[in-house]
Amino acid sequence: MTSTSAAPRDAGTPPRGGSHALMTGSGAAETRLPWWHLAMTAGIALVVSAVILLLLGVFSIPALVLLGYVLHLIIGYTYSRVREGRRWAMDRFVTLLVFGAFAVAMIPLFSLLWEVLSRGIHKLITPAPLQFWTTDMAGVIGGMDAGGISHAIVGTLLITLGATLISVPIGLFTSIFLVEYARYGWQKVLGRGITFLVDVMTGIPSIVAGLFGLALFITITKDPGIRIGFMGSVALSVLMIPTVVRSSEEMLRLVPMELREAAYGLGVPKWLTIVRVVLRTAIAGLTTAVTLAIARVIGETAPLLLTVGSVPMLNTNLFSGRMQTLPTFINSQYGAGNAVCNSDVMTNPISGIDYACSTSINFDRAWAAALTLIIIVMVLNIAARLVSYFFSPKLGR
Amino acid sequence: MSSSVATPSSPQQDPPAPAAPTTTAARTAKRPGDVIFSGLSIGSGLLIFLTLALVFIFLLIRSWPAIQTSRELTGNADAVSLVQYVAPLVYGTVLAALLALLMAVPIAVGIALFISHFAPRSLATPLGFLIDLLAAVPSVVFGLWGGVWLVPRLEPLFFFLNEHLGWIPLFGGTVSAPMRNMASASVVLAVMILPIITAVTREIFLQTPRLQEEAALALGATRWETIKTVVLPFGRSGVVSASMLGLGRALGETMAVLMVLSPGETFSLRILQVGQHNTIAANIASHSAEATPDVMARLIFTGLVLFVFTFIINAIARAIVSRTTKS
Repeated sequence: MTSTSAAPRDAGTPPRGGSHALMTGSGAAETRLPWWHLAMTAGIALVVSAVILLLLGVFSIPALVLLGYVLHLIIGYTYSRVREGRRWAMDRFVTLLVFGAFAVAMIPLFSLLWEVLSRGIHKLITPAPLQFWTTDMAGVIGGMDAGGISHAIVGTLLITLGATLISVPIGLFTSIFLVEYARYGWQKVLGRGITFLVDVMTGIPSIVAGLFGLALFITITKDPGIRIGFMGSVALSVLMIPTVVRSSEEMLRLVPMELREAAYGLGVPKWLTIVRVVLRTAIAGLTTAVTLAIARVIGETAPLLLTVGSVPMLNTNLFSGRMQTLPTFINSQYGAGNAVCNSDVMTNPISGIDYACSTSINFDRAWAAALTLIIIVMVLNIAARLVSYFFSPKLGR
Repeated sequence: MSSSVATPSSPQQDPPAPAAPTTTAARTAKRPGDVIFSGLSIGSGLLIFLTLALVFIFLLIRSWPAIQTSRELTGNADAVSLVQYVAPLVYGTVLAALLALLMAVPIAVGIALFISHFAPRSLATPLGFLIDLLAAVPSVVFGLWGGVWLVPRLEPLFFFLNEHLGWIPLFGGTVSAPMRNMASASVVLAVMILPIITAVTREIFLQTPRLQEEAALALGATRWETIKTVVLPFGRSGVVSASMLGLGRALGETMAVLMVLSPGETFSLRILQVGQHNTIAANIASHSAEATPDVMARLIFTGLVLFVFTFIINAIARAIVSRTTKS
């Protein structure tokens, strides 16, 4: 009964906080140690692992953290087992494991963001800021320290725009059907089937979507070598439609029934109610949904690899000729690997300008393009959240 | 904008009182606006069915030449053996996905528990957002990161595993420096499927009946005992279906494998050895650029196999999810 004083203090906290209070209260029969015992065992584990690593001569910070974590699992468990008993020792052990799982997941996230930023920023600001975004790859050969991704940025934006123009009407009308029409009888059955298929469709591998675009256009045009931007748009829309449907369905379901009933009560036809009341109310959420769907497909690589090919110059025609996109550009630059430099100066055969030669230029371009792509995706994500934050109607009071 | 939308409906824009009789009349006659709108909605819904059917049909049409001329059907020894071509790819695909799953599921369940039950309430949403951020990273960037950053850093671990645990077939074989092997590829895959598994598992864990949890705590259970006796049994089917969704993702992921793995076509178990495996998706991506129509037909056939596989797995997973969330 030592810790019962904690319970009334925490009584006013929300449910999850309340459970902590209950838990500490329940351990009253056993000894519960304050938090600094945990810090102490962690400190011991770190010191021990540092000593071991120094003795082995393989000291490094990652190794210290890793070994320290493992040792802390053992030391902390043993200590707690002796002082607090088996059940609480197990609890501490699992808590530590769960925190470790989260920390492990943060390694790829932060290392990836850091690598892309630190390796990509150089090419974006040299030789002149944004020159990389405003030039294309025409005449760039070997290890020539030149070239840019203007054609790839434009290509990515155009193809994604095409996919959006296909997916948004279909996706929006499908979600309207699911929310507004699929209420009784055969329509309800159909609605359930569609919901299920849309869910399954979200799991279609992107490469299969690309093959579909390819197979569709080869069959229609009878030209096995056809590669045009619009094929990419069609392939991407296969991936985009399900995300648009799911998220806009959620947004439409948030519109209160009373608004619709008020409109019906005034004699407004159903379709006009949907356009003027339901969509009007949900417009912010729908914008968010569409933006997030765009952000999802704008980085897709595999379908574009199959359907739009690649080209070193700007092509703004979605319906004729190959196009370059950012993801496939990253892939091809990465695939090209290190360049060979036979001389220090290389001349662009088209413009006649001399450039320095760099062996790592392909990787530099890949990282800079990756940074550009990540910036685009993050801007879309942030824009989506800002729209939903500022423009969503305040329904609750 | 709204006025242009309203113009076609101007007959219905009369003040409410006189509109009432026309409404009842129109209920039987159906307004043209309503007919068009519901038609569009139902049409779009049906288009979803159509799209999935079309994916299957067009892949089948384009891969038909490969099926027709395969040795299995014609009995001709000179013909291409489709099964021999597809089997190692299917093996590699399944192996990569299972390895990724093996690494991702325990961590994802841990993260889901962390966010739903361990982290302070106020931190849960931002921490969940961090995991979602991982899902927003394009796959090609994961491939680049995996190929350039991760592969050299996994080297010491793989050498260690090969040296000390080499007697396990999985870690056996000859291991050489650029670790462009199955193990590296599946580590990248595991990172990529982590967000989806975490998201679904977290949703299920958060649906655990509060009263049961509080009952367990009131009986004196520790947090872990509560999770073991209440949360995990409740969320078991959710974890299973989340894993299957992750499996579906891992089976179809192209870029991570294409950019990290150096391909081969054996049935080897040695995941640390280079040039042993390849996956369907990566194989399609690497060969499609310079494929003759014959090769293309075969590639499309492997794509069809992948589509059917992932479709079935996703269908089962979604069926489990919808059943558990309903009850």
